[in-house]
Amino acid sequence: MNEIVYRKSKGLTAAPLSYCPGCTHGIVHKLVAEALVELGVLEKAVGIASVGCSVLSYNFFNCDMVQAAHGRACAVATGIKRARPEAVVFSYQGDGDLASIGIAETIHAANRGENLTVIFINNAIYGMTGGQMAPTTLIGQKTTTSPQGRDKTLHGLPIRIAEIFSEIPRAVHVERVSVHNPRAVRNAKKAILKAFRNQIEGKGFSLVEVLSTCPVNWGMTPVQALEWVEREMMRYYPVKVFRDGEDYEKA
Amino acid sequence: MKRLMKGNEALARAAILGGLDAFFGYPITPQNEIPEYLSKHLPEAGKVFVQAESEIAAINMVYGAAAAGVRALTSSSSPGIALMQEGISYLCGAELPCVIINVMRGGPGLGGIQPSQADYFQITRGGGNGDYRVLSFAPENLQEAVDLMREAFDIADAYRNPVMIAVDGLIGQMMETVDLDWEVPKRVLPEKDWAVDGKSTRRTRRIVNSLYLDPAELERHNLKLLEKYRKMEAKEQRYEIANMDGAEFAIVAYGTMARIARSSIELLEETGVKTGLIKPISLWPFPKKAFENLPESLRGLLVAELSLGQMIDDVRIVNQGRLPVRFFGRTGGILPEPEEIGEAVLRLKEEVA
Repeated sequence: MNEIVYRKSKGLTAAPLSYCPGCTHGIVHKLVAEALVELGVLEKAVGIASVGCSVLSYNFFNCDMVQAAHGRACAVATGIKRARPEAVVFSYQGDGDLASIGIAETIHAANRGENLTVIFINNAIYGMTGGQMAPTTLIGQKTTTSPQGRDKTLHGLPIRIAEIFSEIPRAVHVERVSVHNPRAVRNAKKAILKAFRNQIEGKGFSLVEVLSTCPVNWGMTPVQALEWVEREMMRYYPVKVFRDGEDYEKA
Repeated sequence: MKRLMKGNEALARAAILGGLDAFFGYPITPQNEIPEYLSKHLPEAGKVFVQAESEIAAINMVYGAAAAGVRALTSSSSPGIALMQEGISYLCGAELPCVIINVMRGGPGLGGIQPSQADYFQITRGGGNGDYRVLSFAPENLQEAVDLMREAFDIADAYRNPVMIAVDGLIGQMMETVDLDWEVPKRVLPEKDWAVDGKSTRRTRRIVNSLYLDPAELERHNLKLLEKYRKMEAKEQRYEIANMDGAEFAIVAYGTMARIARSSIELLEETGVKTGLIKPISLWPFPKKAFENLPESLRGLLVAELSLGQMIDDVRIVNQGRLPVRFFGRTGGILPEPEEIGEAVLRLKEEVA
């Protein structure tokens, strides 16, 4: 007799994902969806789709969804959560949306201690628009707008979002994870679960930065891209827990 | 009961009476008494007040709260409203109701902080992208302002569209008696069966969105919005006509300028020049109906604005070349004396003689 040992999470719709082959957005979508189901909050979840590759995530997450203007996800999330504190509100944002155009909205939402869960996808490039330089692009990394490679004297150094947010006392949980191998994926799942659990328990702002791949715009095969995350990205962006439920009242 | 109130505080009070659930705003002169008043009174009533980090954040918080199905408000002044244009376009695209109070000041750029009507284009044409319209109302005095504000959430909800209450800095800052007790019209509103309200009892999920990647789908969406805008044009035009019987000329003016024009009309009457007033209350939809049955005796229109000439474009469109249209305007925050407008009417009279 056949037995079902694995199936697509109920937290995802039947719509086929629009991501490129080898892109790890799909893995992170799965982890978020599983977390919402396992915590029993899928029916009262409201997700914010941001601008970038994940703009169509409102078609994929099987819960209420709001599409936000570029960079404004955390402001929109603030409006929803303040209006409906019983909802479980999360934003799903890329590095252009969160680390560039929307850094002010994100920092201030964290600083107010908004009771939100932020999933931040760092793939060191602008994917949707065709491979331009991101604030998180690594030094020397070639993109369509840094054809000679990122140069710190021209472009500055890549922004370390988790480190910046770890300096904000009311961000109760800040963690950087990766999804480049099965063990990393399991660890990422734990971080995402914790970030949602924090919200359900009313603890405040949680941000999980996920190192992600973009094989198409990096000009690599999916396997090379996973190796590049481990070899290059993780050297500059250490995978670790930066803040974990510390008593911010003391700060 | 009538009470003496400052314009901005009266607007804030009227917003609460209109059912305000959540306010998001960023300080800017000359509207600061609105958030100051609400920061005290909303939390007391268990409602939401958030001082945002910018006008951009404020309008997007409004977008979120409106998406969640509550009555959301922001207030700002001209340069701040400029920053909100993208958000207003998204609100219209996603069909989210909200109210925006705009206490206008002089521009362009940082401009000044004195009263102005130089944002007529910004309000009626918008600075955001795409085919969209914002229902906008420009009261002349505090009573009209609070009445419109108390009605505004119902109007926004009826159309699932932002509503703007546009006053100039004078109306925001002056004190007048207002009556907040009488019943303003209430509308029968449909349930917000589109709101992402975090309710776990529902079976179907809801999506609030303005993205339509398929051109045919986007065109269909825009045509649906157009149908709504046509309905607003048919039903929401508001205006006042005064002193028009046998008038030789008419002054077209709104807000504070209409108020000054009333004095000009009295002065002109004394010199034997019978002058009427056409006062648009809705800026968009522009009150075309006000121009439909003007008396045969009219020989010209004077458009008076606290700008260098913006509403005059709409007057010309509606007038279709029938009557001579001339302009009088002061800008930079200068309010004209009634005599200045009167003299402009007399110049028009000489011109058409």
